[in-house]
Amino acid sequence: MDSPPPILSITGLTKTYASGQTALAGVDLSIRRGEIFALLGPNGAGKTTLIGAVCGLVRPSAGRIVADGHDVERDFRAARSRIGLVPQELATDMFETVWATVNFSRGLFGRRADSGHVERVLRELSLWEKKDAVISSLSGGMKRRVLIAKALAHEPTILFLDEPTAGVDVELRRDMWAMVRRLRGQGVTIILTTHYIEEAEEMADRIGIINRGRLVLVEEKEALMARFGRTRLSINLKAPLVALPPGWGDVELSADGTTLSVVQAGAGAGEPDIAALFRRVAAAGLEIAGVTTTRSSLEDIFVELVGTPAEDLP
Amino acid sequence: MNLHAVRAIYLFELHRTWRTLFQSIASPVISTSLYLVVFGAAIGPRLAEVGGVPYGAYIVPGLILLAVLTESVSNASFGIYLPRFTGTIYEVLSAPVSVAEVLLGYVGAAATKSLMLGLVILATARLFVPFSIAHPVEMLGFLMLISVSFCLLGFLLGIWADGFERLQVVPMLVLTPLTFLGGTFYSLDMLPPVWRTVSLFNPIAYLVDGFRWTFYGVAVIDVRVSLAITLALLAACLTAIVVIFRTGHRLRA
Ligand SMILES: Nc1ncnc2c1ncn2[C@@H]1O[C@H](COP(=O)(O)OP(=O)(O)OP(=O)(O)O)[C@@H](O)[C@H]1O
Ligand SMILES: [Mg+2]
Repeated sequence: MDSPPPILSITGLTKTYASGQTALAGVDLSIRRGEIFALLGPNGAGKTTLIGAVCGLVRPSAGRIVADGHDVERDFRAARSRIGLVPQELATDMFETVWATVNFSRGLFGRRADSGHVERVLRELSLWEKKDAVISSLSGGMKRRVLIAKALAHEPTILFLDEPTAGVDVELRRDMWAMVRRLRGQGVTIILTTHYIEEAEEMADRIGIINRGRLVLVEEKEALMARFGRTRLSINLKAPLVALPPGWGDVELSADGTTLSVVQAGAGAGEPDIAALFRRVAAAGLEIAGVTTTRSSLEDIFVELVGTPAEDLP
Repeated sequence: MNLHAVRAIYLFELHRTWRTLFQSIASPVISTSLYLVVFGAAIGPRLAEVGGVPYGAYIVPGLILLAVLTESVSNASFGIYLPRFTGTIYEVLSAPVSVAEVLLGYVGAAATKSLMLGLVILATARLFVPFSIAHPVEMLGFLMLISVSFCLLGFLLGIWADGFERLQVVPMLVLTPLTFLGGTFYSLDMLPPVWRTVSLFNPIAYLVDGFRWTFYGVAVIDVRVSLAITLALLAACLTAIVVIFRTGHRLRA
């Protein structure tokens, strides 16, 4: 099958800082045009370094990065004019107005002034009312929106969001998710990093997990959930059970004897163990007080993956 | 050439200047006026002419340079140090701009301001002491070259510095003394031979002497030598900056 060329292709990317710290140890990654890619990883995993290498903030020690067909070093003008970056740290000018700083960004990235576009961006981010406000007078969440507006001012086709929702309230986070979806609708490829796993679960098409400078796994979110996701069925019994009936080895019995549970791996393939358990419980004449099912979240998967040494991972 | 970027940086920097207008224009104008009141108007008439020029007029070119040099360095260094300090430099580093464009924007804006400052001081000085300018075109040319050179030097300082103190130390502890000792208030000819020779190691002595020549046509050093030294200074700063950007030193991790 012919897959379309990736919009961003990273090969053999390595970065060792002057301090001797190796932040990236040979990363290969292809980002598909138009997708939302979530990069997950614990503190210090190398997420910001990876983004910095693509955007020109970090000098790679080795490796090659091609953005939309342009080598980010040799052909930096073409590559960078297609990339927008919202950094992790809130770094904004203090004394400029929102309007001035967003227009500055557009010019800096080589675009002709276009107040119509800047207005659209500000309106989408609910910043239009604040356009004449001096940035230092804005709240933290508003400042983050300003950074996003700056990154979108030059109409990039690839947008990096480095922890866009860190320290942001629930409402703004929802707004931001909606904005990211709208952008994808407009054909923008989005790469975001986050510590909020529900964010990746909610938004991403694909997920990459990075740990200690290595990409541990890159997979479709659905496939990831199917591969690592587990469903746990727990049945509360009216009367405690002293011991499991013979041949029920796959079932767990809680210490107080009132809860039976089975864990089903993957997402619903084959004869469900869950249905089988119900039949067995009924056949044994046990009375059911209640039933709960829990699906493991990406968070569990994540902990499972980065909790194990990289070499033991699938 | 990303002209939109040059324009954006240039206007952004000029706007910053506008905001801090008092600090950056008014205060050097006031301090230069004080020198002129004391040395030019009050003491000057009692002093002998230097090279046929009344003392009050004689010190004007040096005083203009004193203000232009220190303001160029401190303004240009601040212009690039501030975004490094606040972190907003990420945007310039990730933008599709070359070193030349960054320099045109930042140094162009700083030099514009220095030039304006020089001209404002020139006009102010005329209120205190009478003088005329023998070679106005050359005067402007020198002023521009010197402004650009010292703005480049300031830019270098702003990249190199890792604290606000360093930004202030260089203009205060290096430039001001060198300008004073570079013949702002006297002619190098008045010095004993040993000190005269020592003074010739001070590049600013050439700038002051050359700049004064454009006013009164008198110089201790051949004006072509002064011009060559000014150009060499410019070239040295440019080279250093290009090397720094090429290697990413101190800007990119
Ligand atoms: N400028 C730098 N100089 C030296 N070491 C650095 C630098 N920046 C990052 N590092 C180190 O590189 C490693 C990766 O850092 P990076 O910022 O890429 O991690 P991250 O995944 O973004 O973490 P977080 O989730 O905390 O933002 C860390 O060990 C960090 O200490
Ligand atoms: Mg980070």
